[in-house]
Amino acid sequence: MSRAAILRAWLVADTPTSRRQARLGRLYLQWLSFRGNWLAVAGLAVSLVLIIVAIAAPLLATHDPAAQNLDIRLRPPDAAHWFGTDELGRDIYSRIVYGTRITLGMVVAVVILVAPFGLVVGCAAGYIGGWFDRIVMRFTDIFMAFPRLILALAFVAALGPGIENGVIAIALTAWPAYARLSRAETLAIRNSDFIAAVRLQGASTGRLIFGHVAPLCLSSVIARVTLDMSGIILTAAGLGFLGLGATPPSPEWGAMISTGRRFILEQWWVATMPGIAIFVASLGFNLLGDGLRDVLDPKQT
Amino acid sequence: MIRRRTFASSLLAAPAIWPLRDALAQTPRDTLVMAAQLDDIISLDPHESFEFKGNETTTNIYEKLLTTHNTAPDKIVGELAESWEVSSDSLTHTFRLKTGRKFASGNPITAKDAEYSLRRAVTLNKTPAFILTQFGLNAQNATQMIRATDERTVVITIGEPISPSFFHYCLSANVGAIVDSKIVEANKQGDDWGNGWLKTHSAGSGPYTLRAWRASETVTLEANPHYPGKVQNRRVVTRHVAEPASQLLLLQRGDVDIARNLGPDQLKSLASDSAYKVQRSRKAAVIYMCMNQRHPELAKPKVREALKFAIDYDAIQRNIVSTTYDVHQAFLPLGFLGAIDDKPFRFDPARAKALLAEAGLPNGFTVTLDYSHIQPWADIAQAIQATFAQVGVKLTLQPGEQRQVITRMRARQHEMLMLYWSPDYMDPHSNTEAFVSNPDNSDNARAKTLAWRNSWSVPELNAKVAAAVRERDAEKRAEMYIELQREHQRSSPFMILLQAIEVAAMRASVSGLDIGPINDRIYYRETTKT
Amino acid sequence: MRRTRLASFGGWLVTLPLTLLGLLLVTFLIGRVMPIDPVIAIVGDQASADVYERVRLELGLDRPLYEQFFRYCTAILSGNFGRSVMTSRPVLEDITRFFPATLELATIATILGVAAGIPAGVLAAVRQGGKIDQAIRFLTLIGHSVPVFVLGLVGLLVFYAKLHLVPGPGRINVAFDDIVTPVTGMLLIDSAMQGEWEVFRDAVGHILLPAGVLAYFSLAYIARMTRAFMLEQLRQEYITTARVKGMSEARVVWRHAFGNITVPLITVIALSYAGLLEGSVLTETIFSWPGLGQYLTVSLLNADMNAVLGATLVVGAVYLGLNLACDLIYRVVDPRTR
Repeated sequence: MSRAAILRAWLVADTPTSRRQARLGRLYLQWLSFRGNWLAVAGLAVSLVLIIVAIAAPLLATHDPAAQNLDIRLRPPDAAHWFGTDELGRDIYSRIVYGTRITLGMVVAVVILVAPFGLVVGCAAGYIGGWFDRIVMRFTDIFMAFPRLILALAFVAALGPGIENGVIAIALTAWPAYARLSRAETLAIRNSDFIAAVRLQGASTGRLIFGHVAPLCLSSVIARVTLDMSGIILTAAGLGFLGLGATPPSPEWGAMISTGRRFILEQWWVATMPGIAIFVASLGFNLLGDGLRDVLDPKQT
Repeated sequence: MIRRRTFASSLLAAPAIWPLRDALAQTPRDTLVMAAQLDDIISLDPHESFEFKGNETTTNIYEKLLTTHNTAPDKIVGELAESWEVSSDSLTHTFRLKTGRKFASGNPITAKDAEYSLRRAVTLNKTPAFILTQFGLNAQNATQMIRATDERTVVITIGEPISPSFFHYCLSANVGAIVDSKIVEANKQGDDWGNGWLKTHSAGSGPYTLRAWRASETVTLEANPHYPGKVQNRRVVTRHVAEPASQLLLLQRGDVDIARNLGPDQLKSLASDSAYKVQRSRKAAVIYMCMNQRHPELAKPKVREALKFAIDYDAIQRNIVSTTYDVHQAFLPLGFLGAIDDKPFRFDPARAKALLAEAGLPNGFTVTLDYSHIQPWADIAQAIQATFAQVGVKLTLQPGEQRQVITRMRARQHEMLMLYWSPDYMDPHSNTEAFVSNPDNSDNARAKTLAWRNSWSVPELNAKVAAAVRERDAEKRAEMYIELQREHQRSSPFMILLQAIEVAAMRASVSGLDIGPINDRIYYRETTKT
Repeated sequence: MRRTRLASFGGWLVTLPLTLLGLLLVTFLIGRVMPIDPVIAIVGDQASADVYERVRLELGLDRPLYEQFFRYCTAILSGNFGRSVMTSRPVLEDITRFFPATLELATIATILGVAAGIPAGVLAAVRQGGKIDQAIRFLTLIGHSVPVFVLGLVGLLVFYAKLHLVPGPGRINVAFDDIVTPVTGMLLIDSAMQGEWEVFRDAVGHILLPAGVLAYFSLAYIARMTRAFMLEQLRQEYITTARVKGMSEARVVWRHAFGNITVPLITVIALSYAGLLEGSVLTETIFSWPGLGQYLTVSLLNADMNAVLGATLVVGAVYLGLNLACDLIYRVVDPRTR
């Protein structure tokens, strides 16, 4: 047997001999089922490409994304400017490449802010219950009764435009969904035997929530996060489109469309190129999230 | 008649079998349809309205005692007044009304209406009231200072001996509109002088009456049957279309006759098409940048001078606003008494760098710029950011809603700021006061002029502004303003960048839109479609 | 997501006003930290100092925050929502004008979305893993990925500018303005009621594109959820039993499986409807549609707080009301929740 075959046999063994083997085995099986879904694999590929583009932006860009040349404004795509130039004569291709950093940066920042917070709040609400649960749920009600984009808009209008404020605004609108999700998951497991067992061993509430309940909610939260990424991208682009996202000259995709739509009839590429970028990025995360959910959360499929 | 089944099936294949467009290949004959940005209107009461589009609308509904014609904008002529005279002390002004004129309601226009209207403007004391109250008129003294002495004569006494032409220009602003006192009184609520009603209705004598105003949607005007001159259109509908690109589409599709807010790029695409024409007319508005003198670096004269050489005025004009703005560097727009066309500044990075070095900043510095995030400001700001960078000054852009930008400036919280300025009336004093005068630089000053907002106060210049407004001799007065502008260019914390051009793109068959230098002077009545 | 269910209807009566109050408070506080001077929003930049001061006092801005909020709330209880600065009309009047435009658009979009989304979802579930399933899944994923403003712009560009198939932005051609007397405020209904078929035709033409764009997003969501619910049902044992008994496939799918998912599906549809009713800011911006979303955004950006608070209250009430309705339906239909 080759080494690969041995490894596979070890991974798929019916009777794993160690915890590590069992865990890796499960991951491997999940990977196999994920790999079977070509749409999901495509999504993974797109997401990886985006990450690489974001990291290697200075190597991939052909021009300085902020360098203006008013004499060559609104040029159609050609050999020198692959995606054409915008209204200030900047290279659209290089701006989109650098824009990947902004978009992914915003997504990552929102996720880092929101997912742990929502997870903990939701688990705590579900586990503790009672008045605490009620107050938290009323808060999520208030935030969910607001249209997401308008709430983000209001926060950005109050805080002032900029990427950081955009991130905070989107985070404020995104956390209730995570709190609700984790709460629902917690309610499902809080009365299970193993939780009772841990409680009997004298574990504190905090320890129970962080050590036992939250990890079990994690997989559905991860699936949700991936699906939500496209939502974050779209909200960020919407803010940029309404003129409240990143401040110029940073090449945020939504803002690029917003300025480019003036020229949509004659110079279609100015708005279309970033439009395609948003679409591809968002679709990539959606496909990936869809596939991940199939794997991580089979009961939803 | 559409029956249910055909309706359902046409929904599925609507465009193909249901030519929705045919019925409306063009706008109705007797209706002039315009696309414009209307969302600034907050009231159509002429004594309250002070927004661009609000003023343009009310000027087509109401008449004033005096006005100017766009063919000779510096010459005062009578609109409702037949004749007028000034006492030798410049304090008492007597106006005699034309005979036989009527309001749209059919009521005759009397001196009582004029008395009522001017007292109303002063007593209501809404935003534009300062144009009249600066002459010492106020709610307390309005009944003594503004009097109808007979059916056709109204006498106004002002508090200070000020150049009569200045007072005449102010009366020709929209706040001097004469309203139908009977109608307005009939619709008043409490002591509101009918303001609540007049915001959305009309009671005037101009060529049109207001049929409907739906905020951020449409303004519909209808011809006034009692107007003595010819009104070429039965109806004028202005539709709010925020996007210039959409305005262009509507024009090209025949849905509107005139598009009012096209940018240079849209205009370029119309230029080669003989089905359309573009009417351009110099406007009395400027785009300026200012430097708050509370900022330690911007307070240095050398730095101010350096930054004036760090802007590529010509490139900005040529590439960003080629057909909608001209380079202009003095605070009085061309067309005003005493306006100068000197352009002492051009992009000179070497000189700017040298000046910065002299100011002790060879490596530049960092400064923020507030501006309204809409076009063309957004593009201009980025272009300036790029040329500032060439001389080592890092400009951090802070775009915001226009009202937010104004709020910051009024609180003197900005560092640099770029905004639009349009004079309140056709007299040079309006801009001169704003850009130069700042007699009280304390935080709670009453007059928050542009100079005050930038903490720039020069006592000698304040005195010169006050002297110029009292000068009765027009030629001497013009000389004083020329001198003030040159000094302002040299030392002030303002860079005047561009002067606006009002552009209206229309179908070739449309003619006669009368565009003047300010929004109070845009008339629809002669516009025809053939 | 299923929302938390309260112990009783009485619970709703208490929490609904509390939630609305919380919503108002959040909005109010946002309004107060906005870096726009509300007085400037009213009097403009050039007003004299005494005009400025008078308006500031009129707005009660000299009083402490809690008092301002309290005064606003008591005014609302007596039906006074104040006047909007931007339109200079009472806010309530504005809402009765802007909300029907949104209602009309959202309703048509939802009807189209449901009509296409449910069959697509069911079909995908029945053919799970097949070509049709893949195609439908991909199509719905695109609906989740394309920004609405891009789709709207492309739609206008193609169908209006290039193909000339639909009329441009706006709700109706200006020539038809003021012909129909607003009764419901919904142009399609009003014009049909008054027999103004030319107006009706024009209004249909104008609504097609924006409603189509929104319908696509609603379709994507509904089809996805339908598919997921159906798959869950089709795996159940009773389905196998039914098939074994020789029941026709159509009957199995539609009567049994689909019959069992109607309740959660109603929630999904209601939520998507609520989302559209809240006013789709971007769609309304692109299509110059004078709806609540645009009203709310424009007012917000101009610190027109009476308008913002009033519109927020309506939006919140719509959302909570639809949630309540779903809860009641659950309770009536689903025995487990009784």
